[in-house]
Amino acid sequence: MPPVVNTIISILFDGLAWAMFLFIISVGLSITMGLMGVVNLAHGAFAMAGGYLVVTATASWGVPFLASLIIAFIVVGIVSVLFERTLYRQLYDASELHQVLLTIGLAFMAIATYTYFYGPLPQAIRVPYYLSGELHLGARSFPTYRVFLIGVGAALIAALWYGFERTNIGARIRAAVDNRRMAQSVGIDVDRLFTITFAVGSGLAGLSGGLAIQLLGLTPSFAIIYLVFFLLVVAVGGSGSIWGTLAGALVLGVSDTAGKYLFADAGSFFIYAVAVLILLIRPAGLYGRE
Amino acid sequence: MDANKSSSISSTNAVARARAADLLARRDRYRIVEALPWIAAIAAYFAFPNQMVLGSQTLILILFALSLDLILGYAGIVTLGHAAYFGVGAYAAALLITDVGWSEPISGLVCAAVVSAIAGFLSGLILLRYRGLTLLVLTLSTTIMLQQLGNLFRDFTGGYDGIPNLNIAPLFGYFDYDLYGHTYYLYCLAVLLVSFCVMRRIVYSPFGQALVGIRENVARMHAIGSPVHWRLVVAYAISAGLAGIAGALFAQTNTLVTLGVFDFDQSAAVLMMLILGGAGWLYGAFVGAALYMVLQNELAKISPPFWQFGIGLLLVAVVLLTRRGAFARLAKIDQHLP
Repeated sequence: MPPVVNTIISILFDGLAWAMFLFIISVGLSITMGLMGVVNLAHGAFAMAGGYLVVTATASWGVPFLASLIIAFIVVGIVSVLFERTLYRQLYDASELHQVLLTIGLAFMAIATYTYFYGPLPQAIRVPYYLSGELHLGARSFPTYRVFLIGVGAALIAALWYGFERTNIGARIRAAVDNRRMAQSVGIDVDRLFTITFAVGSGLAGLSGGLAIQLLGLTPSFAIIYLVFFLLVVAVGGSGSIWGTLAGALVLGVSDTAGKYLFADAGSFFIYAVAVLILLIRPAGLYGRE
Repeated sequence: MDANKSSSISSTNAVARARAADLLARRDRYRIVEALPWIAAIAAYFAFPNQMVLGSQTLILILFALSLDLILGYAGIVTLGHAAYFGVGAYAAALLITDVGWSEPISGLVCAAVVSAIAGFLSGLILLRYRGLTLLVLTLSTTIMLQQLGNLFRDFTGGYDGIPNLNIAPLFGYFDYDLYGHTYYLYCLAVLLVSFCVMRRIVYSPFGQALVGIRENVARMHAIGSPVHWRLVVAYAISAGLAGIAGALFAQTNTLVTLGVFDFDQSAAVLMMLILGGAGWLYGAFVGAALYMVLQNELAKISPPFWQFGIGLLLVAVVLLTRRGAFARLAKIDQHLP
């Protein structure tokens, strides 16, 4: 295989795996932002919490990795409802500044709490044998874990598509994103919708925190370091849209990977450059409305 | 009797007008209370001679928070990337010493201020066209892009190791810098005082009032024909220039500058300081930065996570309290004082 083709395949494959991860971690943020207009800078904290839950479940309780991911999804989702009911609901009609401050405050408290209990050093997990190593596909072999990431991403896209486009509750969410007041006046309980979406979105963040350990490593500062990426994906995709988030994740995931392959020195300059360019041209994001 | 009544109405009107004119004229007069922070700063110089390094850092952060206040507190622009201009100023001052070989400190500050004000003006022209999430992400990304660029040109900037050994010439060619930072402290205090007077003048000028107008009701400002975008860009450039001075002071007093100045934490920290002290109030930066530094110093001694938890909790508490209007009224006190 010529080296150019080889590089292109590597970029596309790694880019796709990275994009799927970005999609899973950002989609909840995007929907809640589109629905209630809350800029949630503590979204990364839910991801970090999920990651630590997976670490504890696999290492201390002997739960299998895949099962621990599901536990992270459920537990983080449930816990997030407590936060939504007590703190986030105060932000629905608050100014942007208040939203930014309260959620940064929550993120800091989460980082401090996890540093206190787990220490500042990176945590590692042992992924099961069937997810480690390489998978041989034709002339090339690919890291199994990234194939798994792409698989999980694809499954979640299918599930979210079904939930969003084919169920009653999905229709209500879309209606509320389009026009919250109108949705309320035809009798949709938007408040409850937000609780549900917030729980699912945070649960997905928790799940992706578990997925991230093998990919990025896990320290308490995960909550802030990778926050920028979720915000980029949501802003570029346009908040409130699954397809927008997917498009944003694909564009940024692939361009980031390409940048790192081709211009290793530039670090993550490209993901920001691409994001800024897109936002300058389309301020509301790819799928957003002005 | 009737004549009396009508004349009393017109005189009430006249009195009201006179009072309003008087209020506007008196509002920007210096009050005695305003000397307090400066007296406290000078008192600190004599009371804590061993804490001058911490003191200089606090003064620098006050200036940084003050610069943010112009755009956040007065013009109402929420940014997550104010560290960009602090960093540009710091690097301008540092490169002036290492690459140009110009080590006179005050001209270094002026140079840094000009460079960051230009950076603020150019980026503001583009950034300030956006609002909401887009603006947050764009300001955040601009800062990180600068950091990445700095790392890319590491021959020039020293990468994450930074530029060490920045030796500035003695102040006015006479006052040298001692190990305990006494000269630095007075230097920072003087720069802060000058910057504060400039800032105060701007805030109470018609231009400053226009910024408050934009914050309170941008549609009405457009309607009365105010050049909203230009006002914001100019305010942004001035704010960037002041942040650049703070950054330059930071580089000069630490004799070191690294790419860490562009960290998100810096942008977040300055935002927190301003909020703790109260935005849209000239002395909010003083209260906030001093409180922040003291808390950081004391709580981090116990344990770093404790400090981080504390500041997070404080932020949440501030938001929940100001949502109910307790601090919001406090922060507005300045506008109602005669």
